[in-house]
Amino acid sequence: MEELKIEKKQENGVLTVIPEGRIDNSSAPQLEAQIKDSLEGITKLVLEFEKVTYISSSGLRVLLNFHKSMEERDGELIVRKPAELVKGVFDVTGFSDVLTMEN
Amino acid sequence: MKELEVRADGSELSTVITFVDEQIEAVGCSPKTLMQIELSVEEIFVNIANYAYAPGTGSAIIRLDISGDPPTAEITFVDKGRQYDPLAKEDPDVTLPAKDRGIGGLGIFLTKKSMDEVSYVYRDGSNVFTMKKVLV
Repeated sequence: MEELKIEKKQENGVLTVIPEGRIDNSSAPQLEAQIKDSLEGITKLVLEFEKVTYISSSGLRVLLNFHKSMEERDGELIVRKPAELVKGVFDVTGFSDVLTMEN
Repeated sequence: MKELEVRADGSELSTVITFVDEQIEAVGCSPKTLMQIELSVEEIFVNIANYAYAPGTGSAIIRLDISGDPPTAEITFVDKGRQYDPLAKEDPDVTLPAKDRGIGGLGIFLTKKSMDEVSYVYRDGSNVFTMKKVLV
């Protein structure tokens, strides 16, 4: 089974995180820690989701928590280009209405 | 029918998913169906790993049977931990705005939405959770 790779870029208060692979119960804590590590002074968090092949409720929890914490600091979280199957999970759980998504 | 017995521990998740994938892929199905099955297997196994024996440890048995036409996967989880019916929990309100959302109940909700049939019974000191999905 493929693992999760995480790439990060930071520029002018924007943190772009590019996860690649599966966000499951084993890898979600890793994604959470990687984002937390770089979140100081960030007002816009962009998650490039094009290469995410799978997301379970553990991953959804991480997204919801960061969505809330960005809102609290008047910032925003954007999920960009989720693949069709992952988008399907967002739709079923109502996350499509909660998260800000860009194509 | 194939059977796998593993430690009920989150670190065994990839063993469980690989076991299920191998059987399903031998028959074949769409990427969407495979993902829905994987999601459900993850949710149920992680639940057992996190709660069934806590703070102790124990094992979980996963049985997988594929039969019928169209082929249907029947996956059963058995543990001897504390009695717990995951289906008894009320579904989360998925229309709430972010600030009002809790983090509970999403996993089992996803499982119910992803599988064709789910059922639970407590029998002979074991939690038995069964789910079915037509392989299309």
